Amino acid sequence: MLAFNLEYYKPKTIEEAVECFFLLKKENKRAIYYSGGTEILTLGRLNLLQMDAVIDIKSISECLEFNFEHNQLIAGAALSLTYIEERNYFPLLSTVAKEVADHTARNKITLGGNVCGQIFYREAVLPFLLCDSNVVIAGEGGKETASIHQIFNGAFQLEEGQFLIQLLTDQEYITMPFASLKKRQQWETGYPLITVSSIKVDNRLRFAFSGLCSFPFRSTEMEDALNQANKSLHIRIQQAIDHIPAQVLDDIEGSREYRLFVLRNTLEEIITELEGEG
Amino acid sequence: MTEKIAIPLNVNGEIREVVIRPADTLLDVLRNELSLTGAKPGCLNGDCGACSVIVGGTVYKSCIMLAVEAIDSKITTIEGLKNSPIQEAFIKHFAFQCGYCTPGFIINIQALLEKHSNPTYETIKEWLSSNICRCTSYEEIEGAVFSVVEKSSDE
Amino acid sequence: MHIIGKGIMRKDSLEKVTGHAKYTADFESKKMLYGRLVTSPHAHANIKQIDTSSAEKINGIRAIITGENLPLTGEEMKDRYPIAKERVRYYGEVVAVVVADTPFQAMQAAEAIKVNYEFLPVVNSPSEALKADAPLLHPDLENYEKINMVYPVPGTNIASKTKIRKGNLEKGWQESEVIVEEAFAFRPSDHAAMETRAVFAQIHPDGMIELTASSQAPFMIKRLIADYFNVELGRIIVNTPLVGGAFGGKASVQLELLAYLATKAVNGRLVKIVNEREEDMVTSPGHIGLEAQVKLGCTKEGILKAAEILFLWDGGAYSDKAIDLSRAGAVDCTGPYHIDNIWCDSLCMYTNHPFPAPFRGFSHSEVHFAFERTMDVLAQKLNMDPLELRARNAILPGHTTPTQVVLNSSTVGNLPECIRKLKMLLNWEEGQVIDVGPNKVRAKGVSCVWKTSTIDPDASSGVILTFNKDGSINLISGVVEIGTATKTVLAQILAEKLKMDINEIHVQMGVNTQSTPEHWKTVASRGTFMAGRAVLTAAEDVIKQLKSLASFLLRASTEDLEVGYGKVYVREEPKQYIPIKEIAYGYSFPEGLSIGGQMIGRGTYILRGMTHLDKETGAGRPGPEWTVGAEGVEIELNTRDYTYRVLKAVAVIDVGKVLNEKTALGQVKGSMSMGLSFAARETFRFDREGRVLNPQLRTYRPLRFGEHPKYEAAFVETPHLDAPYGARGVGEHALIGMPAALGNSLSTALSVKINYLPMIPEVLWKMKERGK
Repeated sequence: MLAFNLEYYKPKTIEEAVECFFLLKKENKRAIYYSGGTEILTLGRLNLLQMDAVIDIKSISECLEFNFEHNQLIAGAALSLTYIEERNYFPLLSTVAKEVADHTARNKITLGGNVCGQIFYREAVLPFLLCDSNVVIAGEGGKETASIHQIFNGAFQLEEGQFLIQLLTDQEYITMPFASLKKRQQWETGYPLITVSSIKVDNRLRFAFSGLCSFPFRSTEMEDALNQANKSLHIRIQQAIDHIPAQVLDDIEGSREYRLFVLRNTLEEIITELEGEG
Repeated sequence: MTEKIAIPLNVNGEIREVVIRPADTLLDVLRNELSLTGAKPGCLNGDCGACSVIVGGTVYKSCIMLAVEAIDSKITTIEGLKNSPIQEAFIKHFAFQCGYCTPGFIINIQALLEKHSNPTYETIKEWLSSNICRCTSYEEIEGAVFSVVEKSSDE
Repeated sequence: MHIIGKGIMRKDSLEKVTGHAKYTADFESKKMLYGRLVTSPHAHANIKQIDTSSAEKINGIRAIITGENLPLTGEEMKDRYPIAKERVRYYGEVVAVVVADTPFQAMQAAEAIKVNYEFLPVVNSPSEALKADAPLLHPDLENYEKINMVYPVPGTNIASKTKIRKGNLEKGWQESEVIVEEAFAFRPSDHAAMETRAVFAQIHPDGMIELTASSQAPFMIKRLIADYFNVELGRIIVNTPLVGGAFGGKASVQLELLAYLATKAVNGRLVKIVNEREEDMVTSPGHIGLEAQVKLGCTKEGILKAAEILFLWDGGAYSDKAIDLSRAGAVDCTGPYHIDNIWCDSLCMYTNHPFPAPFRGFSHSEVHFAFERTMDVLAQKLNMDPLELRARNAILPGHTTPTQVVLNSSTVGNLPECIRKLKMLLNWEEGQVIDVGPNKVRAKGVSCVWKTSTIDPDASSGVILTFNKDGSINLISGVVEIGTATKTVLAQILAEKLKMDINEIHVQMGVNTQSTPEHWKTVASRGTFMAGRAVLTAAEDVIKQLKSLASFLLRASTEDLEVGYGKVYVREEPKQYIPIKEIAYGYSFPEGLSIGGQMIGRGTYILRGMTHLDKETGAGRPGPEWTVGAEGVEIELNTRDYTYRVLKAVAVIDVGKVLNEKTALGQVKGSMSMGLSFAARETFRFDREGRVLNPQLRTYRPLRFGEHPKYEAAFVETPHLDAPYGARGVGEHALIGMPAALGNSLSTALSVKINYLPMIPEVLWKMKERGK
């Protein structure tokens, strides 16, 4: 149960959704775009998130698209993670999505909700960071498309009233060799200690991380270090660790030192696997 | 619109009109407005699965779903299941003790079997790890599921 | 025997698989008001001010209750206000209760109450609590009212101290050729029963106080409310419907007191309070933590000579059941071994942590983790097979316990036979560690267990049997159906005794303390034993009544009659009989004259021969019998990254007699599951300020489907002569050895001592690579 009241809107078009947001704003009401809503309801119950209205985007057809067009995979923000897994158009995304929460929860959790969430793991963004995907967003100024690298910096940098419509990924990236590992405190349930995803593009490995710092990221400095073919794996990994862009997390899932231990092992596993492939 | 609203819900084959706050979760509405108390509150946080119900053929945790989201869908709660093989299998395999998580497990398994008539162990595990049972060892639940799967694949 | 031992279908089956089973929170009424707690976000602080003014303005608010003019409460020592007064001592402690027309209004008002706190230094562990300069949590300790066997040390944070002094420790050390000493620690955790605690209460116009509570102890709720609030016992009625898991956590009386205060504050109107998960985990009592030191000495042959043990229990902010828990840990402090010289100090410490309730096993998995891990360390030092060391010291008839009870076969069962079976089931001979490379080993670890149930010496259980006109029987017992199927087993006992169809026995699942005879508390694996004995007595009573009436009708003396198969018949001439249904409601002659009336059987059982423990030595008889067992686990460990899986868990328990094969297996396997979950994953995570950082099932993670190992359970049957058909308690015992067995397997696999819980890979990594 939420400790506050809500207005609920379910627009059918992008324009209606944006209009709704700004109309509410005029009435001094804080609205939130609502996709799966799982995080809004869990944080709202604890009063960690307050709002006056939610705008459900699950009836907007663009947000539900999942298909290839012009050699691009269009993935709508309102797709549930299990839908994405079952279609399996994007195997790396399926692999990462499958590790989020649990199966029943993933029937409700959506792509857009996961990558735009407050809970900072946002693991489903990793494949898109690796594939230099584009992002379609809508707001007061209409629809626009931008590179994910412009608009995602730990979290989506959206302006007031903007929301995520789709993620666009070049088909060629989707077929590239990949690996993704989620390591947890214990066994197979729970938030990650770290999640590391990687793809191999033109014989070079790309890496993106969640759970290592308090935001998910891809780091070219770390990639440079990890791709030094002439150095030992041990040195490559150590130099990558020296380039972690922010403080490594130290929390109830695991200590900083232990996370680094797990990171070393995980990088070793992934590199061994992907460099083994032609 | 912060006032209460009247909405129709299609629950277990009946259209029921309920007057609710838009902020009410489906779990609250099922239990408090419709007296369908089979779905249980266990965490209200989407973690335990005791409140699972089937909405439009998909299993959801009703504590992390607004009732208004279910307006146009068929909702099946544990009370809507009658003599399903998995219910009988739960009895035979002693797949419950306190019984509190049981409706959620049974609903989840029902949804699983409707989607996969002959699921692999990996699929069963992926689905059933959405629910927590604190009394049994899970082996009993595993036994119940296997018994139903084996039967249906014989047919 | 026609029905004992069989896997009879549970009597609550259909209710539970159809969603119609009703638990406390499922009951609703239009008349209901709703209570909501305001809890402390700090572990230790003075309450400077509580501002309820904006909350009072919210529509539908009927009362706001704060901690003034309330009595001190506590089951063994009264040290806790049901709502904090002036000071909070743990994160999640109740500071106010709001009562409103709807749950939503109550929630809004609870959010609107502003409490001003002044922080106090936090005591964050029992060893910190023991320090000379530790902040004193209860300066009034010496003035608290307490019961027998509670020994606080005023001026310290020691809520109670239990001493075990058996034999002569100095002599023990002199006889010892090999000595080891180990230290252990783990933090408080939780039961995480799937049903959070719930209660509703009202006071009727005639003054009758009626509560419905999700509880293992409805009769104790009644007693304690009478005691704390000075109410006549007979004016309190407690109902308990089905309970959604308890594991000891619902044996404590806490939320019920708030419901009583809430209804009182609104002139007796019906008020319901349901814990949210977060409150259930930290505000209501949880699972105790422990720091322990164990020193053991033995001869070169591995014969134990001395045990010196210190327990510092994390008793939390208030003593309630913690004192009893610290006493129970002392009683069986050594594991099931014959040791002549034992010294144990068991200190129940106050800390700024949530306070504990009983947890399945009642301190035994906790002390066994410490003791049985030390046994493995000793075996290693002796270079002896750890199971062999255990077998050599196994407690046997004729030996004495730490509290100097002389045992016999009935009271102690057969531990060597359990060990022998375990060896086979665990394929022990193939070796304890097997390299299955690369970077992978399989390893086995074992633990022996024992437990007696240290319940009140005057605890009793009653049963009433009433006949229906068709000859079927209603079985009414005060045991709460918490999931253990005890009421199904009671029906089996009755069916066996009366040689009747179990389908003709109708079990009353719920408890109403006014119409149901008392069963002390549904705890300590006592349901089957005590209520089972009461069933047998009630059955005898019924048989006597049936024979007496039939004797007159059959013209045969009662000595020549038998009862069974729905009849009373002449032993020698079974064809000469009268159907029970013709006399169950009395007998009517053809002309209408009638005699008898509805037959009602009654039975009651009180435990025999238990005594208080001596203050200086601990000597005394704490419980009626011990259940013993031997357990093991097999794991597969990745030695590179310290991840592991539990492949198999085995328990061999001397249960005396299996009454229902399926439910007994369910108890044993369920216990193992809970024990592994506790050992490998569950703990509260505290920050430096004593706040619990993971009071949700998302971050506090019980075992899930697919993470479970293969379970094997086997039974030994050495009858406990006092018990129905010889059955011993079995609800908890398989949990007890799991933490130690897992710890022993991991320690052996890694050649390093793993003495901390939970045993997550990070702990293994730290111990192995950092040695800390």
